[in-house]
Order: sequence, then C-alpha cells, then structure tokens
Amino acid sequence: MKNYKGVLVYIEQRNQVIHNVGIELLGEGKKLAEKLGVPLMACVIGYQMDDVVHKIQAYGPDLIYKVDDLFLKTYVNEPYTKALSTVINKVKPEIVLIGATSLGRDLAPRVSSRLHTGLTADCTQLDIDDDRQLLMTRPAFGGNLMATIICPNHRPQMSSVRPGVMIKPEKNNNSHSTVIEVNVLLDEKDMNVEVLEEVKEEHAKINIEEANVLISAGRGIGSKENMKYIETLANLLTGEVSGTRAVVENGWLDKERQVGQTGKTVRPDLYFACGISGAIQHVSGMEDSNLVIAINKNPSAAIFEVSDIGIVGDGSKVIPALIKELENIRK
Amino acid sequence: MKIVVCVKQVPNTADVRIDQTTGTMIREGVESIINPDDLGGLEAALRIKDQHKAEVIALSMGPLQADGALRECLAMGADRAILVSDRAFAGADTWATSYVLAKAIEKIDPDLIIAGRQAIDGDTAQVGPQIAEHLHLPSVAYVNQIKYDKQHFIVKRMFEDGYQKVKVKTPCLITVLKEINQPRYMRVQRIYNAFREGLVEVWDNSNLKIEQENLGLKGSPTRVKKSYTKGVKTAGKVFDVNPKEAVQIIVDKLKESYIL
Amino acid sequence: MELGFDKEHILLRQMLKEFTENEVKDLASEIDEEERFPLETVKKMQEAGIMGIPFPEKYGGEGGDYIGYVSAVEELSKACATTGVVLSAHTSLCAGPIYEYGTEEQKEKYLIPLAKGHKLGAFALTEPNAGTDASKQETIAIEDGDDYIINGSKIFITNAGYADTYVVMAMTDPSLGTRGITAFILEKDMTGFTIGKKEKKMGIRGSATCELIFDDVRVPKANILGKVGYGFKIAMKTLDAGRIGIAAQACGIAEGALEETVAYVKERKQFNRPIAKFQNTQFVLADLATKIDAARMLMYRAAYNKDHKLSFTKEAAMAKLYASEVAVEVTNKAIQLHGGYGYSREYPVERMMRDAKITEIYEGTSEVQKMVISSYLLK
Repeated sequence: MKNYKGVLVYIEQRNQVIHNVGIELLGEGKKLAEKLGVPLMACVIGYQMDDVVHKIQAYGPDLIYKVDDLFLKTYVNEPYTKALSTVINKVKPEIVLIGATSLGRDLAPRVSSRLHTGLTADCTQLDIDDDRQLLMTRPAFGGNLMATIICPNHRPQMSSVRPGVMIKPEKNNNSHSTVIEVNVLLDEKDMNVEVLEEVKEEHAKINIEEANVLISAGRGIGSKENMKYIETLANLLTGEVSGTRAVVENGWLDKERQVGQTGKTVRPDLYFACGISGAIQHVSGMEDSNLVIAINKNPSAAIFEVSDIGIVGDGSKVIPALIKELENIRK
Repeated sequence: MKIVVCVKQVPNTADVRIDQTTGTMIREGVESIINPDDLGGLEAALRIKDQHKAEVIALSMGPLQADGALRECLAMGADRAILVSDRAFAGADTWATSYVLAKAIEKIDPDLIIAGRQAIDGDTAQVGPQIAEHLHLPSVAYVNQIKYDKQHFIVKRMFEDGYQKVKVKTPCLITVLKEINQPRYMRVQRIYNAFREGLVEVWDNSNLKIEQENLGLKGSPTRVKKSYTKGVKTAGKVFDVNPKEAVQIIVDKLKESYIL
Repeated sequence: MELGFDKEHILLRQMLKEFTENEVKDLASEIDEEERFPLETVKKMQEAGIMGIPFPEKYGGEGGDYIGYVSAVEELSKACATTGVVLSAHTSLCAGPIYEYGTEEQKEKYLIPLAKGHKLGAFALTEPNAGTDASKQETIAIEDGDDYIINGSKIFITNAGYADTYVVMAMTDPSLGTRGITAFILEKDMTGFTIGKKEKKMGIRGSATCELIFDDVRVPKANILGKVGYGFKIAMKTLDAGRIGIAAQACGIAEGALEETVAYVKERKQFNRPIAKFQNTQFVLADLATKIDAARMLMYRAAYNKDHKLSFTKEAAMAKLYASEVAVEVTNKAIQLHGGYGYSREYPVERMMRDAKITEIYEGTSEVQKMVISSYLLK
C-alpha cells in the first residue's frame, strides 16, 4: 500500500470533447494532492488525444498519462477498462477520481473490480483524514442519508464524483505538465462490443421525476417569453424545467413537466420555484424536495411556508441577475 | 437461450421520510419493492422470451425475506427463481456483492445477464459492471433498448447527450434503465401459483463455496465510516431584499448545499 | 384487514393497486365527463387476467377464487366505479351463471372466451314493468322446433352494446309465473337482437347502460341455461353472488373517497392549520373508517362463504345493504370535508358521490336486501 502515491483524475472525453467533470475533478484533486503533499495526475484515454492533453494542462496536473490508440476511438467498456487499469497499475496512485457520468459509472466499477479495490459512487464531498485516508461522502436512500465511506486496506481509493458538485479551477495558460504516453496492448479480443452508430440528441427525453435540480415556473413569471430565463437557469444548474398546472394550461410548458396533484410528484435536491404561489395542489407534488428556494412578489405567498429560502421580489429582475452571477461563477 | 435477471428487493425510498423531531430516517412502514431498474430488466428478458425461446431465471441476493420479490418475478413470467442467501454474505459492499452474484451466475451459465442500472437504496450502478468483470464477459451499461439478432444483441446505450447503438456478442451482461419499457403486470393465474412450496430455490455458501476472505464485510474493500441524515429541516427564511442581495443569498445557499 | 387473506390474495391486491393507479385512476374523470365506455381498460384487464379470476384454468380462468375477484372490483372501484361494475357484471352476472349452470358444451363455447376476457358478458333481467318485481317478465320465448323465438325488451342492462354474450331471462310459460321463466344465452350478432337507447345517468357514467330489443330472435334450445322454467331461480342465485361484487364496488368507492379526503384534510389549511387538526374532521374520519371496515368485513365474509360452499344469500344481502349505505354516507361526508372544492369537478369526490348512489339500487335495491335478510329471520 505504501507504494501507492498521488492523485489520479480520469479525464472523460468523447469525440475529443472534454466533459466538464474532468476539469472539476482536477480542481478537487489538486486540493487533495496538496493536503497529502503528492503530485496531481491526469489520465487521458482515447484516439488522437494531443489536443485534449494540451487543453487540460491549463488546469494544473503535474503529470498527464496518455493512452492513444485507434481501438479507443469511441468509448467501449472493455478496452477502456484495460487502458485505465494498465495506467493505474503502472502509476500506482493512492486516489483515483472519475466523473459519475453515464460513462464514468460504467468504467469505474469494472476497473475497481479488476484491481480488486473499493469504489465509492456519486460522491459529493471528499476529504483527507489524519491517517491520510480519503473520506468519501455520498448521498444514499434517495438523498435521505449521507454516508462517509473509506477504503482502508486496498489501493487505490477510487471515487466517482457527481458532475457539477466540485468547482472548476481557474485556467492557467502558463501551467505545464509532463506528458507520459502509456502503451496498452489492445487487439480484436478486447473488442466484443461493436459501435454501429453514435447519435447526439440535443433534447434527450426528459423525466422531471429523475432530475436532481428543477427550476419551476408558476403563473407569476408573467409571460411565455419569460420561460427562456427559466430554461437558462436550468441549464446553468444542470437541471430541468418544470411548472405548475396554470403554466401548462397557458401553453407555456409541456404537460409532462407539470408538478402537482394532477402532474408529477418530484423530490429533487433543489426545487427552485419562480412565481409559484404555492396552492396545495402544487405543493403536494414538491414538498419533499431537499432544498426549496422560492421567489414571489407576494410576501404571504403559501410557497414560502415550504421553502428553505424565500425571496420576496420580482422574478423578472432577480432571475436575470442570478443568471448573470452564475455565468460569472461558471467562467 | 438462458437469461439471468439480477433483481434486488429494496425499500421504496420514495416513502422514506426524515423524522422532523429526531432527524432520523423513518424506515417503519416503508414497503419493499423490486428495484425499478431491475423490473425493467425482467420485462426486457420476458420480451425476449416472448419472441424467441428463452428460459428466464430471476436471481437475487439478500435475506430470506427477499423471496417475496422473486415470487413477484415468477408471477410476472420468470421460469425459475434463485435466492442467494447466507449470513456470511451480510455486510457486503458492491465488490463482494458482485463477487457472490458472479459465482452464482457461473453455476447457471447463461447466454445473457440483465441487471438494473442501479438500485434506488444505494444508487451506485456498480454491481452490474463488476459482475461482468468477475466473469470476464463483455458488458454494456445504461441500455434502453435491446434487440436479439443471431447470437448478438443490438442495444442502445444512453449517454447524457445522446446514445450509441452497439452490437454485443453473447454471452454478455447488460444493465438497463427503467425507461427501457413498461413492465407487465403480474398475471392473476401466476399469482395464484406463485406460493407453491420449493418454487424459490435458495442457495447458500455450501452451494457456492466461496473462500471466506472474499465474503461479506471481510471481502469488502470499502467501509462505512459514518452515516447521518441531513437532520431536521430548519424553518425557512423569507427575505425582502433588493435583487442584488437576493442573488447573493441564493448563491450562498446553493454553495452551502453543494449544488454549486 | 388481513382476515382470511392468503399470501396470494395480498400479492394479487398489490398488482390490482398498481393496475388501478396506472391504468384506471387517470381515466376515471374523463370517461365520466365524456360518458365513454373504457374499452381500452377492459383490454388491459384481459391481458393481466382480471376478467376471469374465479374460474378454473380448464375453463379459461385464472384458477383463483371469489375473494380474489371481489378484491379486484374493490380496488378498481377505489379509483373508478365504472370500471368496477364492468368487471362485476361480466364476471358474476354472465360468466358466473354459465359456470354454475352451463353444460360442458356451453362452457366450452361461452365460458372459455369470457373467462379469458376475449369476450365481454352481460345479464338481462330487468324490464320496464319488471323491476323489483322481477316475476312480471314480459319478454316471451316461444318454442319452435329446435329453437325458441324471443320477443320483447330489457332495460338498464350493464355492458350492453359492448358485451358479446348475454344471459337473458324470458317467459317460456306465463301461466306458471316465476316457474315459467327460462334463462337463455344470447350472442350479440343473433338476428333480430338490437341495442336500444343508452341511458343518461347520474353516476357510473362511463358504463354502458342500454335497452335490449328482441325482435323474433331465434335461439337454439342448446342455448338454454339450466332447464326450462329454472330461469328465475338462476337469476336469483346469480344476483346473490352478484351482490357481493356490488358490495365490493361500494366498499371501493367509500375507500377511495376516504383516501382522497384524508390527503385533502392534511393539506388544506384554514385558521392557520391543516383542517385535519380539527376534532370535527378527526371524528368524522374515524366514524367513516370504522364503517368502511365493517362493510368490508361483511363483504369478505360473504365472499369467503361462497368460496367455501357455505350459504351466502343472507350474508351477500347484508353486505350489499350495508356497504352501499356506507358508500353513500362516506362520499357525502367526503364532499362536506372538502367544502366548496368537493362540490367542484376538479376533485374526484364529486364523481364518487354520484357513483355511490347506484349501489343502493341495482342488483336489488336496499329494500330488496331487507326483504331477503328478514325472510331468513322470520322463516
């Protein structure tokens, strides 16, 4: 176990587009590496990765391990598992961080299984304890319970981390990393899954019951045009748009996005109610949300009774200001 | 064709509430259900069976009460049900759980293994791919469409921003999303037959013969150091402030709650 | 209430709850508003095996029992009394008597497709001049070679128009009174058999309730159910069993209304607190819940007796008498607790109250049930 040193971040990319979570994890990884006094490393796996490697240098990894192979052109579990496992076995990091995306949550478990080590899923908080162990905190039981997990006797300590939770680090164009190419022996035997087609869908089918963040509109937002602010806010917070029955009946929103007695019952991490008065028919569909923030002009609006934070004010002023601020933070 | 469907009995987390005076989780009266993604997996298997000849085997690991979930699988149309249950398996994390399930699946030797993407109590999405790794089988996760085509499956593998259509050889493991289908209802006739003696086979470690060091808590690389609820919801605050201050209040709260 | 329920009954109820929640609940107000028969739901019920619960597998049924069947009527009726009565008329009034009194050939030809749910059934006894006094049948069947020729009409026939198979009572010998009544199995396509006007009703508006018209309908003697002259007896026995189904429907309506009301009083606030905090609300709910449980006990006792081949005529009458009164009372008080909203069509209790009333009337009015019950006391 003593041989394992350093923090390794897996940089998720598909078609040479880097997923934000990889950058976020470089920021979090740096903090952990500094606490431990060890190097921060990144791992890039794919085909024609020079550009990706170049881009991530600005986010501060001391070392970048690159596996570049035609067999890795599109994501398929087995060759990627082989590539990442090979890098880990060679580098022996004490911590491996992977984004908890649809790809990462497929790749990480196979790698952990191959390496016979522990993996903690969907972490929202990471820390180092006095014994230099990684403390991995994650929600369970539909968000009702938080659990801190450790991996005492196996290395590396692997964690998948939810996208959007960790803060993206500042870009530093003067930063420089040492790039090390790792050769992984890949052949047809690793290719049991053949990708026939890859399709991008701008509007993947939504299910508001599954969303972690909902930005919800009520009649109080005033007009259909104002829905665009709601959408922008939802994008910035990686959430979905939902609304009240009134908004649906006005034709501002699809019925499948309606929350409440005649719509859906939701329990997101964040329910952001804009211009919603809080009629019981609506509240019964969202009152179990983890965090409720409400904006309403009427100081005695019923929605404030179920809100954690209530803002008395004009949504058409507060929301654009909030969007501006979030855009600044995201930059 | 032999299809194994991995099924977990879970508490319906949608019913779980936090006691507003003690801040603890109320588990009492929370019903046990078949994990929704797994139910999609069972339905996917039954649809393959409807079209091609197949034997569908529902496999679960858990305490003896989990046999209720398996009887539901039988009532929906599964041909066999196996419960892997042993005190020595208790306390297993995803590594040790997937190891036991892999050993059970090895004995069945199926052409296809379907697992739900993730269980609603743990939400890890790890057990499916980990089983595939233990068995050295190809795997595809996050699937929401399966078609069988001469020794291959053509499946749709979902990403956040689109999908891949992939062809995978058998034997293989697929993890499915609950959106893959609308599961059928249990058939009344099968319900009336689901409680016959010996219908659910129970396998313990005398059947699987797994080495002690890979079992249960001992075989689990991870440990829960502590767990806590988010506690009692404090009374909300209402602020009557200008937009600039309002934005600051919201952003601070979002940061405090790890949404930002 | 787990009294007398086996594990399969509990699992069956779980399936029925899911079915009702997913397939029935959202449609209830729509079919009420549009007075539309829920044909799509019947198809789904068929796929799940709900249309043939109490019949043996060899007759196309599910190999279940009456407790299972009335559980289905009860669960469906919690969300939609129309769907409940479609199942009840089909199972206990049409497939039921064919199973009890039919020949092997009749069971082969008619019961199997009914129990499988491929065909829908109905039962025709009531006439314009023969309601509670069912002996005054004016529909006449005259023997003609190997056939009978039927003329006349029936009214208030549930599932009419959508049913394929009808059990019809007709007078074969008016001089014998009730002993001159014979039961026939009719098919919807028989020449001269037409569906008349559809009733506009107060409740269960999605169910098809129509007149049947028989104009020289030629029915083979092979379609006589039981024996000539046994029709009245068959009808009365059939209604005994049918009443358990209506009691189950009434229980379902009452339970549905109570569930809606419990949810409402917890949410609705007046005088700064949920109205559930008021003692009036609490006491009313307590009374209603107790009455509902008592009605269910009576209903399941009758079903249990039927399953165990014990006498159930009086038990079924008591169950129906009490459960229908409870349904009317519960839905009425449910609206009261909902206040103005309850009177609005936005909340289902308004429909439930309209639906509840019929349970005091059809398959024997409350007065008929009292006649049946008292006849046992004064024997």
